[in-house]
Amino acid sequence: MPDLLPSGIASFDAAFGGIPRGCVSDIIGPASSGRTSLLFSLLSQATAREEFCALVDASDAFDPTSARAAGVVLGRLLWIRCGGSAEHALKATDLLLQAGGFGMVAMDLGDIAPATARRISLASWYRLRRAVENTPTALVVVERAPHARACAQFALECARNKVMWSGTPGCSLLFRGVAFAAERRKPLRPAGAVMEAFALR
Amino acid sequence: MFACLHAPGEIARLIACAKDFSPLVEQTDADTATLDIDGLEYLFGSVHDIAHAIARRAGVPVNVAIATNPDAAFHAARGFSGTSIVPQGDEAKFLATLPVALLSPAEEIAETLARWGIRTFRDLAALPDLGVAARLGEEGVRLQQLARGESERPLVPLQAPLHFEEEMELEYPVEMLEPLLFVLARLLGDVCGRLEEHALAAIGLRVRLQLENAGEHERAIRLPVPMRNPRVFLKLIELDLEKHSPVAPVVKVAIAAESAKPRTTQNGLFIPLAPEPEKLELTLARITTVVGEKNVGSPELVDTHRPGAFRMRPFRMTRKWTGGNACPTKLALRAFRPPLAAKMQAGFLSAPGIRGKIVQQAGPWRTSGDWWTTYAWARDEWDIELADGALYRIYCDAQTGRWFIEGSYD
Repeated sequence: MPDLLPSGIASFDAAFGGIPRGCVSDIIGPASSGRTSLLFSLLSQATAREEFCALVDASDAFDPTSARAAGVVLGRLLWIRCGGSAEHALKATDLLLQAGGFGMVAMDLGDIAPATARRISLASWYRLRRAVENTPTALVVVERAPHARACAQFALECARNKVMWSGTPGCSLLFRGVAFAAERRKPLRPAGAVMEAFALR
Repeated sequence: MFACLHAPGEIARLIACAKDFSPLVEQTDADTATLDIDGLEYLFGSVHDIAHAIARRAGVPVNVAIATNPDAAFHAARGFSGTSIVPQGDEAKFLATLPVALLSPAEEIAETLARWGIRTFRDLAALPDLGVAARLGEEGVRLQQLARGESERPLVPLQAPLHFEEEMELEYPVEMLEPLLFVLARLLGDVCGRLEEHALAAIGLRVRLQLENAGEHERAIRLPVPMRNPRVFLKLIELDLEKHSPVAPVVKVAIAAESAKPRTTQNGLFIPLAPEPEKLELTLARITTVVGEKNVGSPELVDTHRPGAFRMRPFRMTRKWTGGNACPTKLALRAFRPPLAAKMQAGFLSAPGIRGKIVQQAGPWRTSGDWWTTYAWARDEWDIELADGALYRIYCDAQTGRWFIEGSYD
């Protein structure tokens, strides 16, 4: 049983225990499905435990302001901006895993076009899986669709559950937050959790 | 045993002469050098022979004195001309006739001694210890010990400034990086060897390449922690030179290391894991060659209200406690860089890759800032939900009236 990296979200940790270390974990979902909020929770927990983390940002979508608000210690986060190149992201992730010593390495392919993401060869995914195996590092991949396929030992599918608004539409409506649902796709044991993320305002 | 050389205005010559006899040389004052002569008797014979050899080597008229402690030798050299040998155990007797002014006492003490009629070392040495201590204090006791030739202090040898620099002229101009790396590897090996001899490490490297067209190509590499591994240095230089290659063939190579105390770390059982600094530096250098120098680092928020403002700073591993997470889960924003220009028509939003009817909206959040600079900004922000369920933060630039999508909530 691999060591688990908790997310700090009570319902998530109760359902799944956390994200396994030494494995490739896939967080899948469309836009506004809570993938990034879950990733920030994982990063905030890891950095709060004084672990160093790396975020390989394929499409330069990381927002430091909301990450800081989510509790991520930015000084312990290595941010690599790949300017929309999935190839650069794969290369950088591989190098980081070879270097070792990070508590968590996250590869964000969330805004990469599906056609580009599909072109990533299975060999590349296997290479990442082999690199992270038997290490205390958790490799988390954020994607729109499950491209890591057999190489991901843990896969979660996120979906938007409910958008929370308050006030009167048209005059005093306020955006309060979003409730997300996460369902485990791999390993195939039914489990799910509902998480709430609150707006920054 | 110590020998002291004194010649007014000839200190450089005195030090050079002293260094011919011993590596332990002290510049005692502006005209005097003292050296440790222990062991020289095997080469030169008696202390008289040593003194004469030193006087001959100096090449200028010089006072040479030999004594068992540096201070006695110093005073003898300054007080007696020619060669003096201060007999062991009879220092006080030997120095007795020297004037007290040679001890360079403070003005107040000099005045007191003059009032007491103390004019020579003998007079001062003869005073009762307790009386001197009571009336002149610690400084008086020190002066009395000097007058008796009883001082016990270690020599403070001159330290040559350490330069860890190696250079090599090439037989023919080198164009390719690979042959250049062979030369660099050898130079780095020598530099690291010298650093190791002095129990030091390098915190920075400077590579200077003299080019065939008489130009110079200089690169500086700053290291996050002191290191001494020539392989790591070579790889870092290789990656750096790949990015910033010289414009002409290289005819001369020089490497200089900035020395620092080596890193000492004590790992504990409960300290969370962290990358090894040497490995991390190499990895970052490799990643930098892939994604570019400005795209690797730690984000740092800037002290401004301008939305999305941050700067990148080099990633450094610090163990300083910077606060943990005790807040409920916050909704993350995925930024579009640059913001997507959008069109807004009758509650319908369209932008490259994003189209949909706005079903819910909250706002505007009106913000502005930097109006006192040329980078003034003002905008109205909205949080919107499209018909397909996607959530975005959009804004209208108050200066241009154009709409942009800043990012999506995820």
